[in-house]
Amino acid sequence: MIDIYKSLVEIVGEEHVSTQKEELYFYARDPGLMPAHEPDCVVTPETTEEVQKIVKLANREKIPIVPMGAGMALTGLIIPLKGGIVIDMKRMRRILEVNEKARYAIVEGGTSQGALKAYLDRNYPNLRHSLPDAPPTTTIAANVTIHGQGRLAQQYGFNSDMVSGLEVVLPTGEICKIGSCSMSPAWFSKGPALPDLSGLFLGWLGTTGIITKLGLKLYPKKKMRDVEIFVTDREDLIPEILFRLTHTEMVEDINIWFQAKPILFKGNHHVTLYITGDTDEELELKRKMVWDSVKEFRESKDGGFMWILPAMKPTFLDMPQKSVTTFADVKKGGGFEYSGPIILIEKYPVLARKLEELADQYKLAYSGMARVIGRSHAMMFGIAFTFNRADLEMMDRVKKALHEGIAFAFEHGGIPWKPTVEEQKMAMERMDPNTLKLMRMIKENLDPNGIMNPGNWEVN
Amino acid sequence: MVRLKFDENLCINCQTSDCLVRCQFIDIDRETAHQEVMKIIKGEDSSVLRDCVTCYACEEYCQWGNHPLYQISERREEKGMLTASRAITNQWINMCEPQGKYKVGEIKEKALSCCFIGELRRLARGKLFEDLRSSYILGPEFFCEVVYLHFAKTSVIKERLPMVVDNIKQLGIKQLICMHDECYGSFTSLAPAYGIEVPFEPIHYFEYLFEKLRDLKNEIKPLKIKAAYQRPCSSRLSPDKYHLVGEIFDLIGAELVEREYQGENALCCGEVLRMVTGYEVANDVQKKNVDDMVLSGAEYCVFNCPYCQMALSEKVSKRGIKPIHIIDLCKMAIGEK
Repeated sequence: MIDIYKSLVEIVGEEHVSTQKEELYFYARDPGLMPAHEPDCVVTPETTEEVQKIVKLANREKIPIVPMGAGMALTGLIIPLKGGIVIDMKRMRRILEVNEKARYAIVEGGTSQGALKAYLDRNYPNLRHSLPDAPPTTTIAANVTIHGQGRLAQQYGFNSDMVSGLEVVLPTGEICKIGSCSMSPAWFSKGPALPDLSGLFLGWLGTTGIITKLGLKLYPKKKMRDVEIFVTDREDLIPEILFRLTHTEMVEDINIWFQAKPILFKGNHHVTLYITGDTDEELELKRKMVWDSVKEFRESKDGGFMWILPAMKPTFLDMPQKSVTTFADVKKGGGFEYSGPIILIEKYPVLARKLEELADQYKLAYSGMARVIGRSHAMMFGIAFTFNRADLEMMDRVKKALHEGIAFAFEHGGIPWKPTVEEQKMAMERMDPNTLKLMRMIKENLDPNGIMNPGNWEVN
Repeated sequence: MVRLKFDENLCINCQTSDCLVRCQFIDIDRETAHQEVMKIIKGEDSSVLRDCVTCYACEEYCQWGNHPLYQISERREEKGMLTASRAITNQWINMCEPQGKYKVGEIKEKALSCCFIGELRRLARGKLFEDLRSSYILGPEFFCEVVYLHFAKTSVIKERLPMVVDNIKQLGIKQLICMHDECYGSFTSLAPAYGIEVPFEPIHYFEYLFEKLRDLKNEIKPLKIKAAYQRPCSSRLSPDKYHLVGEIFDLIGAELVEREYQGENALCCGEVLRMVTGYEVANDVQKKNVDDMVLSGAEYCVFNCPYCQMALSEKVSKRGIKPIHIIDLCKMAIGEK
């Protein structure tokens, strides 16, 4: 390994390579449940060319490489299952361009969600991007490789749908441009009207290449933003409620959540709706349309809007929401993991009941949360449990509950989101054989030596 | 289980039916009003059971002290009629369920009731409360339960209010200064109406403030402001204390502006109406109310209830009127704010 270390030092400089135990300890794990596994080395490149040199070296020496953003997926996707080199992208954090009129930004592959948000707030107050409910240190590139969803998911779909171009270092070391940027200085399209090659990288969990630059679509940022919460005790009504709410086309983001504690929330399902406007009139019109869309349920007393006290509003309006971190420490010990199948909204009732059943069966604290993707095209349904990291028996119960939960979701037609290795295997067992064959062909051609984040999407 | 003491004969012989005729939300003549009251008494279906928005005003309008709102709430619950949705109703029932998470200060015979509203504890500071600040109760174990009239859940009141009264009694409190109208109304109107004995003396915090301000008279610098007063729904349970608003204003040199929606004609803050009836009525009430404040030339909107303040602060601010709680206004007069 020492030669590799020296080679890496030659590429990025000594201060950006580490084989020190205390650093490898952190790069061996994420905050979820997956067992740790140390890399041999960690490197932090600053340029695409440095990434290219590292990848070429790894490919030549057949050393596994794991590209890493903030490592917050919780499902072990950056744990170097077969050792090798972790390429931490954080130094590649430059925001290269914002095209205000065409509403897109070009950023480097290690740029964090928080950095782009802060930059836009400061320089382009009329623009925003789709911010996921994850810590602001999480990176934009990592998010699109897992098909993340953010605050604009209801309007524009997955965050990966919002990509407008890619620069990728292939596993064999070539630097490849994807989309309009492959033949134009402008990064306005990730594919159309050319053959869309972005699908070779988006959602592949870093197993087909390393995103070193990406174009990201930006969206209008209204001056005002407010929140309403529709509450019902009938989970069976949620699909119809969502259908009507999305029909208004007035809502920015829709999240549904339920939890047993605190007692205030017990027994109810909460549909959190975000509305925006440039004027009071615009905001109130949207609010009126939202209220009217569920009038039938209000009149039947099956649901109603809760009064969100001013002191509570900042919690709901926070972007990203910090309440997730509070939930993560409910059991004291800071453990939190969730499976988030993407599934039809009509499956909300059975999933909600299953989650409560699992929590009861395994005696776990739970949080159910769903995010509408597109105009009710699908949702991410989060089966979330919190646990004490020092309690191995509790962690084992969480693993079992999550396994049962994702299996149940698959039985009901769901597909995995940012799946653990085990969930990937479960998914591939159910996948059409020809789809698997196509995935294998793609992987074998792009990554003939199998160096990219090995262990993940192991179609071979 | 305690029961509502309601004298049907008072309604049968009532010549005015003011409870409904004067209602700001139900347009009804005297004859029809009387018929509807009779239906309610007999346990029959009445349009009032569907249309009442729970503004509480009928409790003040009834010249016999016969508790029309309590009776309406009883009948609604008997018939399984909800005001707000089940989910919202249960949310409020759950929220105020005693769970042993209360706070009790160094209790003296005289104590402050901060109800279940942390904001009231914040307000109880400075010279006005220096003798009493540490003697307080706060939490669901001391929650006055009046809000369940809005949700037609008198069963919750009947179940919990005796326990609340007992919790306060157990602390040895002889005089309870109620920092919220609802608490005062609960112990002086609701509890007696249900035959619940209150073994301590409830004191409205307006009375307490008035006395304190008189003691601090030399420190008062007249505020010389024009202010509108936002009367809360629960003040309808203790209308005899309304005069103290004017007297406190006089003491601190504030002018209580004349306006259409004041006194017995006051409009509530509207936010409960939003949960009970929807946004239409709530928005209408809030608009009329704030328009009226603007028209009166008020510089301040003075609140009695923290929840009214939460409901209307932004709305009055946008119209150039400063929102302030009456306790903060008094503090301002003695140079504390």
